[in-house]
Amino acid sequence: MTVAALVEAKDLTRVFDVSKPWLNRVIEGERKAYLKAVTGVSFAIGRRETVALVGESGSGKSTVARMTVGLLSPTAGSVSIDGIDMWASARSAERQQLRRRLQMIFQDPYASLNPRWRVDRIIADPIKAFGLAKDAAEISHRVGELLRLVGLDPADGAKYPHEFSGGQRQRICIARALSSNPEFIVCDEPTSALDVSVQAQILNLMRDLQDRLGLSYLFISHNLAVVRHMATRIGVMYLGRIVELAPASELFAAPRHPYTRLLMDALPDLGMTGRARRPIEGEIPNPIAPPPGCTFHPRCPWAFEPCSADVPQLAGPNGRATACHAVAAGRI
Amino acid sequence: MNEPLLSVRDLEVAFPTRRATLTAVDRVSFDIAAGEVLGVVGESGAGKSLTGAAIIGLLEPPGRIVGGEVRLKGRRIDNLAPEEMRKVRGKRIGMVFQDPLTSLNPLYRVGDQIVETIRTHLRVSEAEARERAISLLQEVGIQGARARIDSYPHAFSGGMRQRVVLALALCAEPDLLIADEPTTALDVSIQAQIIALLKRLCRERGTAVMLITHDMGVIAETADRVAVMYAGRIAEIGPVRDVVQKPRHPYTRGLMGAIPTLGAEATRLVQIPGSMPRLSAIPRGCAFNPRCDSAFDRCRIEPPEGMGAGSSKVACWLYAETAEAETAGAETAGARA
Repeated sequence: MTVAALVEAKDLTRVFDVSKPWLNRVIEGERKAYLKAVTGVSFAIGRRETVALVGESGSGKSTVARMTVGLLSPTAGSVSIDGIDMWASARSAERQQLRRRLQMIFQDPYASLNPRWRVDRIIADPIKAFGLAKDAAEISHRVGELLRLVGLDPADGAKYPHEFSGGQRQRICIARALSSNPEFIVCDEPTSALDVSVQAQILNLMRDLQDRLGLSYLFISHNLAVVRHMATRIGVMYLGRIVELAPASELFAAPRHPYTRLLMDALPDLGMTGRARRPIEGEIPNPIAPPPGCTFHPRCPWAFEPCSADVPQLAGPNGRATACHAVAAGRI
Repeated sequence: MNEPLLSVRDLEVAFPTRRATLTAVDRVSFDIAAGEVLGVVGESGAGKSLTGAAIIGLLEPPGRIVGGEVRLKGRRIDNLAPEEMRKVRGKRIGMVFQDPLTSLNPLYRVGDQIVETIRTHLRVSEAEARERAISLLQEVGIQGARARIDSYPHAFSGGMRQRVVLALALCAEPDLLIADEPTTALDVSIQAQIIALLKRLCRERGTAVMLITHDMGVIAETADRVAVMYAGRIAEIGPVRDVVQKPRHPYTRGLMGAIPTLGAEATRLVQIPGSMPRLSAIPRGCAFNPRCDSAFDRCRIEPPEGMGAGSSKVACWLYAETAEAETAGAETAGARA
């Protein structure tokens, strides 16, 4: 890539300590237990670009989202925005400036809005926190502008969150995220809690806003069809690793990694009327004791000797990377 | 023409509240033939789960059936006494719910739960019921069923639990299975396994299925026929191919366009303005008319009935003329049925 990326994540790793309490460990003679939620995840997001991470539950996609936005510190690796390292930067003023430029939209619009605050106060909070407006009049003007931007009425600011439907609440969440004039928004399953017709409204809104405000998105979802609709590039995650990273159109035209292939086969789709799909055998293994080598090999029909011994590295030509021994060896 | 296995006519479910009585299911009619899979699809609040609950007699009070009838193999089951209904439920109609953890008792071993259900409905000995339970668990794909039968539900993963629930629903060999969002709580790769299993088991036994879901993709590949519900009414019902590929009701058309698909890279999804009305404020006439771009005067006054002959019916005044032309033929077909 010639143009410098806006967001760059390098070798992000996060380990959670899931040990039992000390006394239990001593009595039961157990060791400390660690869960590797994310291992060596790297990606870059350019300006006005949408990169999506897709995977099943437990694949670590939300953990990556939280690390990227700074809600969770990585065990190893780094996240930099516009060349400034989010965790290494010593000066807190610089970090705070950085935080203004990134925002997050959460999955559950019922849980992510304070039920005791009126909508205008919710949206004004980031404006006040970052000191982006001079006085109350300017704040209320800005809030009205934001509400109109997301398709609500400025008069809605006087209401409480419970007076809105799920789709409208998600619009409020988007307005709040936009209130600090961010360049980059992390969206963690923004439409999973919504009905399809409302989901279409929100997805269209997010694309319109991207065009108008020049936003970059990191879009987290378990729904491949939604991801295909939104993303320019897609990373497929399995058990804490990116197994395939490719431009959206190429990924859907010719998936390479066995997991991606099987996932697409397994997906119910409108075009599939009457056609049988091929389910992936088995289940996601326990992340506390993942299988050796490639973590997908127990479920993989193409697995051969090196798969159970070595961890495959993400590699491939011009932005089309796959972490698979069988693909590297030209077997599939 | 054969008598349908399940016949629902003008079913109405209402919730009396202090201010007014809310009609959550409004004159819903459909049939399910033996061995057929009927998909019921709609957004939240469309009344699809309530329709299922009304059929199996599990409406939560104060909700109750206020009109219409439900017949299973010709016998009315909507007015049975609670004791009688208990015998139908489980024996004749099985049920699978969304969340497998809440439909299993966490304090009992899964084997005991299956054995209890078998012995409630069939006259078999304890040992025989246990053997049946083991073979059922094997059939739903639980490896080492003989050993795992004495495990508690928490020892199973989500997908495995849903398999146990499926075994539980099918253990008395019911004629009809009502599956309410059976795969919504599961990951896609597990979802495909459960759907394939559900299809295979029901085909082998000739069990009819009423599959309630919001996921059109699941319906498209599983169901024979599909009913699209909106605000408590059936907007469109017909063979799944017709409804998915040639939707006729404006709501169905909007819904199909709103679903992002893997096939085509659409730049913009079809957007239906507004949202589903609240039960307390269902618009007069066709419930969809305020959101419909082809609504005309009649839509705002008169609620449309299911129109069209044969297997496809659409509740929309746009199709009134074609329906009237077909009425003569449909009438005679209706009289024979």
